[in-house]
Amino acid sequence: MNLETPLTENKINKLKAGDKIYLSGYLYTARDQAHKKLCELIENNEELPINIENAIIYYTGPAPARPGRVIGPCGPTTSYRMDKYTPALLKMGLKAMIGKGQRSKRIVDLIKENKAVYLAATGGAAALLSKRIIDSKVVAYPKLDTEAIRLLKVSDFPLVVINDIYGNDLYDMGKNKYSEISG
Amino acid sequence: MREIDGEIISKNISQAVQNANFSLDLKLLDMLEDAVKKEQSLLGKNILKSLIKNAQIAEQEKIAICQDTGIVVIFIKIGNQIQIQGDLYKAVNRGIKAGYNKGYLRKSVVKDPFNRENTQDNTPAIIYIENVLGDSLEFNILIKGAGSENMSRINMFNPTASKDEIIDFIIDTVQRAGASACPPYIMGIGIGGTFEKAALLSKKALLKEKTEDPSIRIFEKRILKEINKTGIGPGGLGGKVTALDVRILKHPCHIASLPVAVNINCHASRHIKISI
Repeated sequence: MNLETPLTENKINKLKAGDKIYLSGYLYTARDQAHKKLCELIENNEELPINIENAIIYYTGPAPARPGRVIGPCGPTTSYRMDKYTPALLKMGLKAMIGKGQRSKRIVDLIKENKAVYLAATGGAAALLSKRIIDSKVVAYPKLDTEAIRLLKVSDFPLVVINDIYGNDLYDMGKNKYSEISG
Repeated sequence: MREIDGEIISKNISQAVQNANFSLDLKLLDMLEDAVKKEQSLLGKNILKSLIKNAQIAEQEKIAICQDTGIVVIFIKIGNQIQIQGDLYKAVNRGIKAGYNKGYLRKSVVKDPFNRENTQDNTPAIIYIENVLGDSLEFNILIKGAGSENMSRINMFNPTASKDEIIDFIIDTVQRAGASACPPYIMGIGIGGTFEKAALLSKKALLKEKTEDPSIRIFEKRILKEINKTGIGPGGLGGKVTALDVRILKHPCHIASLPVAVNINCHASRHIKISI
């Protein structure tokens, strides 16, 4: 299904683990170091450089863009490394996260509780995914280079719903369906 | 004696790291094509197809297959009749610096594990040098992403451990990696040696081209079959193809130990071998 940002509550309510979606609109990029910085600010009650409320964060650190291009290859990085920072961001109103790999039980529960969603982009399909990014600008922490926070505009960005507001986890569902290991 | 100028080495390395980041090798593409046929999950099939498409785009447009253009690991074989003009390590790192700049590849190496300051040129590479007889100079280059590296493990087994126990450890490692390390995986497994030797063998195994020892080949196939029973599948979304290949290297070891190292590589197994 096609989906446009912002991801409002009624859009998120309709999403179920396993749904394939094509997202258009705006999202932020942030990975390890940016998360660390954001959460230090939250801890000190300081103002954040971006508005987290209703935002989408894509865990990625793009490669440099060749001349004339919007962005370089830009696929997802592994999400569990952001798990320790995610509760604080969900509390601030973060609505969606894009990455790859399973989240901790705590995060899966918090996604349900906060009516948010976790989406996966195809890991290692960075060249393909970069074609769906139509604008990119650094909005915070430029010194972090690839780890800076960027505002991306995407068009029909292909994603799969992993964790929905009903507590489902596609990684568990998929594995259980195809596992041949008994017990 | 054959003399080789450090500059020649730098130029070759620069081109090689770019090629490795832009082009998947044909053997791997065949494995992915084959996996599309084997995979039963529709989501899984689609992931595999998009990986093939991704590789085509990267190749055509000379852009990186994955944004994680890795830390460069190089195994160098240097003949005793080769004389390098200048410092071999510096020549290799100069080549990486040039290649990563020219190729618009991501700089993913930090100077210090604690202060995390980026070196801005993706150096230094992790370099291993082996001396051989003759006048050949060979570089076996691996572009190693961190997503899969972080999921790799080592275990010091008792010398009496069975093959089944080793398989259980490998399966447990794959289960822990789950969807995180970009399946379907290439599994490098080092068995024997010492603690560090097993780890090194597991890395080297990722570059192994064929298995001469039939009993090892049987063991590799058995492990592959077991991994593909986990159901993790392409992208971790569930399916029959969790690994594409298992490659083992073994080495003599102490009577009291049986080290086993498992180095996971993602489906974007980027490597290249060059000779100068």
